[in-house]
Amino acid sequence: MAYSFDHNRSPLLESEETTEIDLESGKYLKLWQGPQHPGITGNMSVELTVCGDEVVQGKTHVGYLHRGFEKLMERRTFIQCFPIVCRICVPEPDFNEYCYAAAVEELAGIQVPERANWIRTLILEMGRINSFLMYLGGQAGSFGMGVIAQWATYVRDLMLDRFEELTGARIYHMFILPGGVRGGLPEGFETRMGETLQELESTLKDIREVMLQNAVFKKRAIGLGFIDPALFDPYGVTGPNVRAGGLARDIRKDQPYLVYPQLQFDVVVEKDSDAFSRAKVRHREVFQSVDLVRQILAKIPKEGPLMAKIPNVLHWKIPKGETYIRGECSRGEYGYYMVTDGSGYPRRVNVRGPSYTHAMALLERLIVHVNISDVAGLLVSLHIYPPEIER
Amino acid sequence: MRVLHAQLGHHFTLGELVQVRADLAFVTLPKEHLRSAVLHLRDICKFSHLVLMTAVDWLEEERFQLTYLLHNREKHWDLGLRVMIPRVASHMESIHDIWPTAATYQRELKEMFGIDFPGSPGVDESFILEGWKEIPPYRRDFDTRHYAEKTFTQREGRKTEDPAKTMKAKLYPDET
Repeated sequence: MAYSFDHNRSPLLESEETTEIDLESGKYLKLWQGPQHPGITGNMSVELTVCGDEVVQGKTHVGYLHRGFEKLMERRTFIQCFPIVCRICVPEPDFNEYCYAAAVEELAGIQVPERANWIRTLILEMGRINSFLMYLGGQAGSFGMGVIAQWATYVRDLMLDRFEELTGARIYHMFILPGGVRGGLPEGFETRMGETLQELESTLKDIREVMLQNAVFKKRAIGLGFIDPALFDPYGVTGPNVRAGGLARDIRKDQPYLVYPQLQFDVVVEKDSDAFSRAKVRHREVFQSVDLVRQILAKIPKEGPLMAKIPNVLHWKIPKGETYIRGECSRGEYGYYMVTDGSGYPRRVNVRGPSYTHAMALLERLIVHVNISDVAGLLVSLHIYPPEIER
Repeated sequence: MRVLHAQLGHHFTLGELVQVRADLAFVTLPKEHLRSAVLHLRDICKFSHLVLMTAVDWLEEERFQLTYLLHNREKHWDLGLRVMIPRVASHMESIHDIWPTAATYQRELKEMFGIDFPGSPGVDESFILEGWKEIPPYRRDFDTRHYAEKTFTQREGRKTEDPAKTMKAKLYPDET
């Protein structure tokens, strides 16, 4: 029997009733921002329809970086998946490692040692710092302040040094694996991290002076990309984009994981829900992460196992089940939905990156009536990383 | 969560509740009930956040599992709604009018699994793949290795080792 669709049950949205755009009229122009463009956030593009210098329609296009991770994982054993998941997101890869490892551990019934959880939290907070630094540089650069991007890159590089001595790698760390972590803190790590954090704080104060108190930055960022709080849930908005709109939503507080219950911090909130508020939230959250790293280094157990006992990884079969693991990454809710079928391979892994909702439906709504020169600023203010959209 | 399951059971035909954690559970329901259940959960039970929407291919059973993961912001509960649909001519009602962001998920599911969502905005447009001629690639019967071997050629002189054999020799030398 042929399927007949009942339109009464799925009516069109109000927002879909857009005005007819006649490109032949000469009033409109198609303009592609990306995929090769300094004002685009990575491997994606936005197809703009402009009238004068005002955007009347924007469409996000992804697919420039699709590597089919979710499919690849279905043909790999559980331990073979571990080194590839971090490659899903370049600027903050550690969340993939954590979510994947936690999902496997939950389905396989593995209890992770306490010390490994402390190191995992440390890694995740260091990753958040790095990601926020990339954002600060990008946001300033999108408004023509390239020097701030250089400062941010410098301190990020110092943090990459700390990553390198801790994990052996600068970008893809492959450090958090099912069962625990690959190693402990190297000797003298706390001292060197302390110096890096001092340098970082000093640079952050400079960035505050020249970016957040800069008249040009304020003029361009205030009011740009305002997200009505009523849109937060319909459009799946999470993370700093929500906290900039006055809601204290943070998974680290709401559904604490790892060792966050043992750490002291307040959720950073601003109220105006525009690009400027989002910049302030992220700038303050770097200070928050710096404080959390210091707390972790002060409290981390010096002794204890780093890995739980895991089965022979070549014959590792996980019983049938499904789960969802989430965490608060620098951009919002990051999660892994995993289904197992009793075999030695995951049946299905689905990665939920915050950019999936922020860069598609939300961006296409916010971009209307924005000036062409502010499109880059808007994109960066949503903190979009395209690899987590297409995986 | 069990109380919620019992309450929902008064209105909808529900399968057994699978409680994974105190704050995460999954339940199966017929496809006809999905839209009304989702609306009930969003508007009455305050599951206002659509965390994700995805599909699992149960090739052996000739059906797809659609998973709608909903989140309650007040209680911080997650409820996964599972809907089983046949693999052949698979289609499902759209929920883009309930959560606008669902349109993106549905567009991806159409492209990657071939599940149609009539009425969903842009559902027929390509999302990630461009000019794809094969069967939807996330279906279990799409063989990535075969496709790669057919489409691409090996670099000459490249030495390939089976990762499983290499790992076995390295990690468990006694077994070799």
